[in-house]
Amino acid sequence: MFVRLSAAIAAMSLLSGAALAQGAKPTDPQIAHIAYTAGVIDIAAAKQALSKASNKDVKTFAQDMERDHEAVNKQALDLVKKLNVTPEDNDTSKTLSKNAADKLAELGKLNGAAFDKAYIANEVAYHKAVNSALETTLIPSASNAELKSLLQTGLKIFQGHQQHAEHVAAELK
Amino acid sequence: MKPRRIFPLAALILGASVSAQAATIQISMENLEIAPAEASAKVGDTIEWINKDVLAHTATARNGDFDVMLPPKKTTTFVLKKAGTIDYYCRFHPNMKAVLNVAP
Repeated sequence: MFVRLSAAIAAMSLLSGAALAQGAKPTDPQIAHIAYTAGVIDIAAAKQALSKASNKDVKTFAQDMERDHEAVNKQALDLVKKLNVTPEDNDTSKTLSKNAADKLAELGKLNGAAFDKAYIANEVAYHKAVNSALETTLIPSASNAELKSLLQTGLKIFQGHQQHAEHVAAELK
Repeated sequence: MKPRRIFPLAALILGASVSAQAATIQISMENLEIAPAEASAKVGDTIEWINKDVLAHTATARNGDFDVMLPPKKTTTFVLKKAGTIDYYCRFHPNMKAVLNVAP
């Protein structure tokens, strides 16, 4: 319980906090970079889970994450190309990547049921944090209509992921 | 909101000359929603699942009657072989649920 809560808080603060701390709302090139980075992170987590997870439902969930986030990121790449926008690295993306690398290392030390539980708990917290950042910061800040629409589709997909993860987490208990 | 065409015109025209002609029923998957959420058909009818999402979906019957892969941005057809009220969902996105009433 404590681990999950603190992970959620850490994830929340790194997403909304870093972006808002600068006092300016993120620009479209920054938003594109953050959204893409968030996808890459979950794909990496899924790949780790596919090689380490033992529970069947956890493996299936990881496959779903890899498939969906790759599809959404491909869509995002197509869009930035079409709009001629170059995604711009920023503090939020950097913090996200750094924390994700730490999480991968932490989960890498776990095995069996302990890994399964920790991976799914982190997926719940991570999707919660990303969805909250999308709702409160990224979608309202996006100025290009197509980017906004892609983020809104993403939010819908990721809300589904969060519920799926919560369901798997409940089954593991 | 566009009105949904349950029976494509072609099926209606062809169907006029032959009674009990099998129909084609279109069901779309868009933004992780199945529409219509409840559809009726008969054994021998063809379901056209139109996946408008960039994501892969499935139409998976809870009773095991069918499990159809629906690749992104593609239309997949499936001929109904068994009657019954079939709850189905997407295995990849379990929130996507719908019902198919298949008459004999």
